[in-house]
Amino acid sequence: MLQRLLPLLAFVALALLLFAGVRMSATRDPNVLPSALIDRPAPEFSLPRLHQPDQFVSRTDLLGAPYLLNVWGSWCPACRIEHPFIEQIAREGKVRVIGFNYKDEPADALRWLQRFGDPYADIIVDYDGRSAIQWGVYGAPETFLVDAEGIIRHKHVGPMTPDVYANEILPRIGASR
Amino acid sequence: MSLRILLTALLLCLAGAVAAIDPLPFADETEETRFRELTAELRCVMCQNQSLADSNAGIAGDLRREIFDLMREGMSDAQIKTYLTERYGEFVLYRPRLNASTFLLWFGPALVLVAGAGVLFITLRRRAARLAGSDAGRGNDTDTAEDW
Repeated sequence: MLQRLLPLLAFVALALLLFAGVRMSATRDPNVLPSALIDRPAPEFSLPRLHQPDQFVSRTDLLGAPYLLNVWGSWCPACRIEHPFIEQIAREGKVRVIGFNYKDEPADALRWLQRFGDPYADIIVDYDGRSAIQWGVYGAPETFLVDAEGIIRHKHVGPMTPDVYANEILPRIGASR
Repeated sequence: MSLRILLTALLLCLAGAVAAIDPLPFADETEETRFRELTAELRCVMCQNQSLADSNAGIAGDLRREIFDLMREGMSDAQIKTYLTERYGEFVLYRPRLNASTFLLWFGPALVLVAGAGVLFITLRRRAARLAGSDAGRGNDTDTAEDW
């Protein structure tokens, strides 16, 4: 009797396994890579400011308070989508928002900010994308949360949304103070 | 004459295909071969189903340049792979390293094979035993339906 049921049981078990796989892929975007840098120090960098290209900002300059590092470029359509919300975060003032201008022409970047608004406390420029490799960046927009001690606490790939901000960023800002 | 035009056109097409991957200033063929082999084993993080060697996504080009520079700095292949996994995670390796979380990935198929062989062995033993039994008492084989 049991032997006759065995293939059926195996089939049901397999079906459950595959169903669980389908359900899991519905809640998690398979194209999003988990960052290898969570809870590790932010990489060293020294990058020019967009507004004052002769001045350089380094990792240590940003220590002391948590900040969001928002990777964007004027060439990136999704950055435009998230931009009003990035502005709102900056306006609320719960966390500093630093812009990371990724592989962009400075003139284009400045024009983009003029048109859509400049919410950033500071903007650093990674013209050739070399520094972005140190951060494990593979596209834009991406947003990192770095705490006051310079440790990366979270990374969000894709446009920042109120939902992500409330559930993934804000609780960690409380914890990183 | 028209054949020559056709050949020229074909060559131009091929040139375009090669130029899609940005040229790097390799010192010699050994270096180029090493670079090709290394980038073929690394996954493009953006496109995910292409290796770094094949992809013409912007980030893949940047990573190829980075790998080229690291090679020039004298890093070994293993060091370069570690460098990339520290930044992008195990995901970039087409051949994941052997550790606790990749144990099933590496040995899962072998385990399934062993389990299958075990089931087969037991089934055959049982069948052999039953056949021997029904040979002894020929005529009263009541449960042939079990015998699949």
